[in-house]
Amino acid sequence: MNRLDTLEAQSIYILREAYAAARPLAMLWSIGKDSNVVIWLARKAFFGKVPFPVVQLDTAMELDEVYAYRDRYAKEWDLDLVVIDCPPESEMDPDLPPMTRAAARKSAGLANLLAANAYKGIIVGIRRDEEATRAKERVFSPRALSGAWEFRDQPPEFWDQYTTDIPEGTHLRIHPLLHWTEVDIWRYSQRENIPINPLYFSRNGKRYRSLGEKNITAPIASDASNIDEIIAELEITRTPERAGRLMDNEAEDSFERLRTSGYM
Amino acid sequence: MANDAPAANSALSVGSTAGDLMRVVIVGHVDHGKSTLVGRLFHDTGQLPDGKLEAIQEMCRRRGMPFEWAFLMDSLKAERDQGVTIDTSQIWFRHNQRHYVIIDAPGHREFIRNMVTGASNADAALLLIDADQGVRRQSRHHSYLLQLLGVREVAVAVNKMDLVDYDEKRFRQIEAEYRSYLEGIGVRARRVIPISAREGDNVANASTNMSWYTGPTVLETLAEFERPESSVDRPLRLPLQDVYKFDDRRILAGRIESGRLKVGDELVFSPSNRTARVASIEAWNTPDAPKAAEAGQSVGITLDEQIFVERGEVASHTEDAPIETDVFHLRLFWLADAPLQVGRSYGMKIGPRRMNATVERIDRVIDVDALSDHKAEKVARDEIADAVVRTNQLVAIDEHEELPRTGRAILYDRHLTLAGGIISMGGYPDQREQVTVRSTNVTAVDHGVDAARRAARNRHKPGVLWFTGLSGAGKSTLAMALERRLFDEGYQVYVLDGDNVRTGLNANLGFSPEDRAENIRRVGEVAALLADAGLIVITAFISPYRSDRDRARTAAGESFREIFIKADVETCESRDPKGLYKRARAGEIRDFTGISAPYEEPVTPELVVDTSARDVESCLDELVAYVKSNFNNPA
Repeated sequence: MNRLDTLEAQSIYILREAYAAARPLAMLWSIGKDSNVVIWLARKAFFGKVPFPVVQLDTAMELDEVYAYRDRYAKEWDLDLVVIDCPPESEMDPDLPPMTRAAARKSAGLANLLAANAYKGIIVGIRRDEEATRAKERVFSPRALSGAWEFRDQPPEFWDQYTTDIPEGTHLRIHPLLHWTEVDIWRYSQRENIPINPLYFSRNGKRYRSLGEKNITAPIASDASNIDEIIAELEITRTPERAGRLMDNEAEDSFERLRTSGYM
Repeated sequence: MANDAPAANSALSVGSTAGDLMRVVIVGHVDHGKSTLVGRLFHDTGQLPDGKLEAIQEMCRRRGMPFEWAFLMDSLKAERDQGVTIDTSQIWFRHNQRHYVIIDAPGHREFIRNMVTGASNADAALLLIDADQGVRRQSRHHSYLLQLLGVREVAVAVNKMDLVDYDEKRFRQIEAEYRSYLEGIGVRARRVIPISAREGDNVANASTNMSWYTGPTVLETLAEFERPESSVDRPLRLPLQDVYKFDDRRILAGRIESGRLKVGDELVFSPSNRTARVASIEAWNTPDAPKAAEAGQSVGITLDEQIFVERGEVASHTEDAPIETDVFHLRLFWLADAPLQVGRSYGMKIGPRRMNATVERIDRVIDVDALSDHKAEKVARDEIADAVVRTNQLVAIDEHEELPRTGRAILYDRHLTLAGGIISMGGYPDQREQVTVRSTNVTAVDHGVDAARRAARNRHKPGVLWFTGLSGAGKSTLAMALERRLFDEGYQVYVLDGDNVRTGLNANLGFSPEDRAENIRRVGEVAALLADAGLIVITAFISPYRSDRDRARTAAGESFREIFIKADVETCESRDPKGLYKRARAGEIRDFTGISAPYEEPVTPELVVDTSARDVESCLDELVAYVKSNFNNPA
C-alpha cells in the first residue's frame, strides 16, 4: 500500500467507527478542498452513499464559486444537504478582535445546530498540519454542549480505540483527516479526480490556498493553475497554509480562543 | 504570524509521496528538552516556516525570557506561559527521501495518557535524558510503556551535555545505566547519542565540542530506524466494524489487521463460529471489482450465504483462526485516578468488540524503577500490572506476541478509558474446539423409556456429582469410597476417574491446556449420558477451569452438582499420593495445577468438602447424606 492508500484506509476506518458508534451523526461541509475529500472518503466507506446529513454553516459571505460548487455537487452526489444560517456578527463576543469575531459566527451557527438536533457525532475535515492547536486534537474529540474544547483534559486515544461513550448532552468532533497533510489532500484529489473549485487555481497571478469567507480570507500570489503546479508550489513555499485566513493571526492566541470556544 | 504552526509548513516538508513515512515519538522526563530538540531539528534542517523564528523571538521578548525553541511545538498559550507541553503535538518534516511525523509527548506524570496517545501511533521512539539529572523515574516509566505499546525501534539522546561541560565520563555512565535498564525490559536501544539541543550539538550537525563521540547525530539516527514489519504474511484477521445494507447488497465492512483474503475464501467468524465464503469484495469508484485484499486495507465483502454476523466478530481462515476464550492474562497500564480492583467488572474493547471483563486476580504490580514486582489487590494510577481477567462472553483474541493488533485490549468505564493492556494465554486453553459443533443435519430422537420410569425402577433420581479440587485433595479416594457405600445401599452408581478415562476414551489426549479442556468436555458428556441412563455418576478430575465445569453443568442439566473437594496446596503437597508434586517442583512436569498452572476455585459450588482438617469417614458421611437428600425419590 502506498502512502495515499494508507491514509485513505485509516480515514475510512474512522468514518465507519463514527457511523457505528456516534449516531446520530452529521458532517460539516465547508465546501473547501478538505471537506470535499471527506465526502469522497465517505462515499468510499459506505459504497457510494453518504449515510448522514452534510451541513453547511452559512454566513452568506462565501465566494460565488463556493455556492456554485455546493449546489452542483450536492445534487450530483445525492447529498442530504442542510444549510444553517449563522447568527450575525453583532451577536458575537465584542471582546474578540474583529476578524476573529467574524469567524466566530460559524461556531455560533454550529452551537445552534447542536441545540436543535441531538447529534452525537459531528465530522469535521480539519488536519493536524494546518494549525498548531489542531495538531493537538484527538480523532474523536469530546465536546461540551456549548462546543467548548477542554484541551487540558483530553481523553487518551490509542490503538485506534476512540472515545465513543460520552455524557448526555455533549457531542464528539470526529476528525477523519487529522493525519493528512496539505499535499496529501492535493495528491489524493488528483488521483481520485475529485472536482476542484476553480478558486484554488491561479487567475491574474492570484489563487486561494485556503478557502474562507470573502471578508476574512485573502488569495495568495501564485501562478499555479493546475494540481501539479500547486504541488510544485507547495514543495518550496515557506508560508503557512492559513496565512490568508486573516482571523488566525490577529493576536497570539486568537485562533486558540476560537477553537476552545467551539470553532472547528 | 504569531500562531501559525510549525506544522503548517508541511507543504515544504511532505511535498512528495515518494519515500517512506516514519512516525517518531519523542519522550522523556519533563524539562529534559523534548520540545527544544524538535525546534532545533527544524531550525538546523532549514524547515522553519517564514517568520516563525521572529515570532518565537517576539513571544519570548514579551515574556521577558531568553529564546525558547520549545515554543515551536508548544502552540497553546497556556503551554508557553507555563513552559510545559500539555498535550501531544505532531509536526511533519522531510529529510533525504524520508518523511517524518514527529510526535512530541508531554513528560509530566499527570500527562501520561497524552504520552500514551502519542506513542501508540509511533513506529520509533527517541528517549531523551538530561545529562545533568541522569536517568529518572519518568525515563524508566516511559520506556516501559513504549515496550507495552509496541514501539520496537528506540534510540536515546542524552541532552544538555553543555551543562556538564561535554563530559564523556558523565555520558558513559548514563549510557551504561540506561542501556542496562532497557535490556532488562527487553528493549534494545539502537543508539545512545550525547547532544545539546539548545546549542545544536549532534542534532542535525556533528558536535565540535565532543570529539570523543564518533557515532551518528540524531538526524542520522532517524534515518537508520527501520519500519515495522508488515503483517501481510501473517494469519488473516478482519474484525468487523459494521454490516451495511444501503441497497440490495449486504456488505460486511472492516479493516484487515493482518493477512490477506480473496474472493472464494472460506471464512470463519469468531466467536460465533459461523462460516461462509467470500462472494465479492466491494469497492466504490474503482474500474474493476477487487479480487483480493490485504492487511491495512479497509474493505467490504459480501458472502455466499446470508449468515448472521455483527460488529465485533473477527473473520479469519478456518485453519488459523484466533483463540476463543473467556479468561486470559492482561499486562496492563492503568491510567485512571481510581485504582483497579480485584473482583470489579469493567467495560472492555478488543478491536470493535465490546464486552464486560471482571478482574479475577492481580498477579503482580511491576515496579518500573527496580524492575521488581509485588502482590497487590489494587493497581494505582500510572502503575503497570499483570492481571487475570474473565469476560462475560467468549471473545476472539490472539497472543500479543503473535499478532499484536488483535492481541490487545482497553478497559473503560462509561466515558472514561481506564487502561490499555496486552494479552497472553499463559496456560489457559483455547476453547474453540470446545464450542465448535461440526456435525450438521442431526436430529435427536426420543428414547422408548423416559427418565421417570428409570428413576422409579432405580428408586433414586440420576445425578452427576462433579468433584473438583487440587491433585491430592482426596477426590479419587472419596469418589471410590462413596461409590462403594452407595452401591451397598442399592444405588446405581459409577465413578469416572482421571487416569482410568485417559487409558481409553481419552487416550489420544495430552496435557496441553487445550487437551485438558477436551478431556473434561468428553467426561462431562459421558457423565451426562450415564445420568441420562439413570445412574448416579461421580467424576474425579482436577478440572481446574471454571469454563470447562460450566460446560459439564450445561451438558448434564439439573442433575449436576459441583462439589469442591477442598484442601490447600501445602496439604495436598504433603500428601502427594502419586509423587506428582515432587516431580512438578523438580520441573519434570510442566503446567502442573497449583504449582505452575492455575486452579480456578468454584464460585458457587453446591457442596464444599474440606478434607484438610477432617478424616475420610466424616467426609464420606457428609457426602452420603447429601446424596440421600438430593437424589432419593420422594417418599
